[in-house]
Amino acid sequence: MQALTNRALSVNRKPMTFWERLYLINIIKGMFITFGHMFKKQPTVRYPEQKREFSPVFRGLHVLNRDEEGRERCTACGLCAVACPAEAITMEAAERKEGEEHLYREEKYAANYEINMLRCIFCGLCEDACPKDAIYLSETFAPANFTRKGFIYEKQDLLIPNVTTEAAAFGEAKGV
Amino acid sequence: MSEQNLFKVTIDNITIDVPAGTTILQAARKIGGQVAPPAMCYYSKLQGSGGKCRTCLVEVSKGSEKDPRPMPKLVASCRTTVMDGMEVKNITSEKVIDARASIVEFLLINHPLDCPICDQAGECHLQDLSFDHGKSGTRFEFQKRTFKKHDLGQNIQLHMTRCILCYRCVFTADQLTQKRVHGILDRGDHAEIATHIEKSLDNEFIGNVIDVCPVGALTDKTFRFKNRVWFLKPMDAHRDCPTCSGRVTLWNRGDEVYRVTARKDEWGEIEDTPDGKPGWICNTCRFETKNAKDWVIEGPRAISRQSVISQGHYQGTVGMTKPNETFGAINEGRTPHLLMDIHDESEVNKHSGYTSKNNIENA
Repeated sequence: MQALTNRALSVNRKPMTFWERLYLINIIKGMFITFGHMFKKQPTVRYPEQKREFSPVFRGLHVLNRDEEGRERCTACGLCAVACPAEAITMEAAERKEGEEHLYREEKYAANYEINMLRCIFCGLCEDACPKDAIYLSETFAPANFTRKGFIYEKQDLLIPNVTTEAAAFGEAKGV
Repeated sequence: MSEQNLFKVTIDNITIDVPAGTTILQAARKIGGQVAPPAMCYYSKLQGSGGKCRTCLVEVSKGSEKDPRPMPKLVASCRTTVMDGMEVKNITSEKVIDARASIVEFLLINHPLDCPICDQAGECHLQDLSFDHGKSGTRFEFQKRTFKKHDLGQNIQLHMTRCILCYRCVFTADQLTQKRVHGILDRGDHAEIATHIEKSLDNEFIGNVIDVCPVGALTDKTFRFKNRVWFLKPMDAHRDCPTCSGRVTLWNRGDEVYRVTARKDEWGEIEDTPDGKPGWICNTCRFETKNAKDWVIEGPRAISRQSVISQGHYQGTVGMTKPNETFGAINEGRTPHLLMDIHDESEVNKHSGYTSKNNIENA
């Protein structure tokens, strides 16, 4: 029968010699590889004492951004929600009252802003869609929880600390 | 219509016979699709509208059969009537494409571009126009004009900065109501829509200015910031209204009616009722009848697949209901003893003052 490719090897059917029947050389060869791993770098990361560094492009838990004066950037325009393929984001808008100019950047703001982390697939399309630089995916993961409600993150869970009123927390979050 | 009164006009190499006195824009709309020039100020249901925004400029490459010279300049197609044998270039003309991009730039000079806040976003003609014909950058380096805020009553919200001065709302008030109380005050750069002095618009049909406004300058105050149009489901509905036709589009989320508008056709204009009259709706239908029980639902409204309104997936109860907790059911009513708090875990998101619901209960 003609071979289909030229890569086929014919089987060697010669009877094994005495040394080959002892398997000693093959065992030593195998052990050499096994014990050789003792001298190599360990790939294991001993979580939770050790933590592997996140990649700089890691897309984790969302944060809602504030501007330099600590005002919320989000205007509840709904573009993140319409871009979201998993339908994880919902929001309710409200109108900024007089005297709230230091809290919200624009005339309209998000009164409620919820992300369902059970639905979220961390694709980052919300980040792309946002016209106001308001939502970013951070380098943190969503921790485990026993209840489904615990995975619905509200606006207060997502907002970064206010640079004017919570300067210490802001610095800590920035890692300064 | 007798034979002699039909004019043969060729728009973008498509020939159509139209009655004498038809404008180029109307003839192009009869062909439909891309051939129809966009219009910001012209509104076929309003007498005298058009000729202001210059978005509908077209090139006439042959004046008529008797006088085949081309017209020297681009003409506003909403105000130019067709002649027999006229040849018009719309999207096939380089000049028109270039002129339209400049017109968009002019219209956007004073437009605040606050689409993320604006309630009109998603159904705004200026948004569509600048998406289709505009350039991505701006050359305008100065302060945009601002205005003193005018209150137009409790139903209509005026954002003068967004206005492009198309005069559609002025014509609407003139033609639908007995007495017009708003109009254009001042001139030039200071021209603005206002009432003299601080009156509220309260005619029964004045709500239609919201529907005719091509931008977000006049919006529904009862819908202000309530929801984005693309999260709502448009439904055709009608009711027995003593003052108007009662044929409307309801913008629902679940069973809740967020907004009532008149039905709009493919040109963004009010649809005709079966008896051939424009389907203007009254203020009672628009602002005060927001109970689903008041309406007879005919069915979902057909929305173009290209429109952002058909992109909203959040229909029914998504995001409106809290999930069922199964933990208690499978653990004989016991609640979890230990829950992780996001603020202990997150490096980025340390938050001091907030007491999480997820904290340890009964610790």
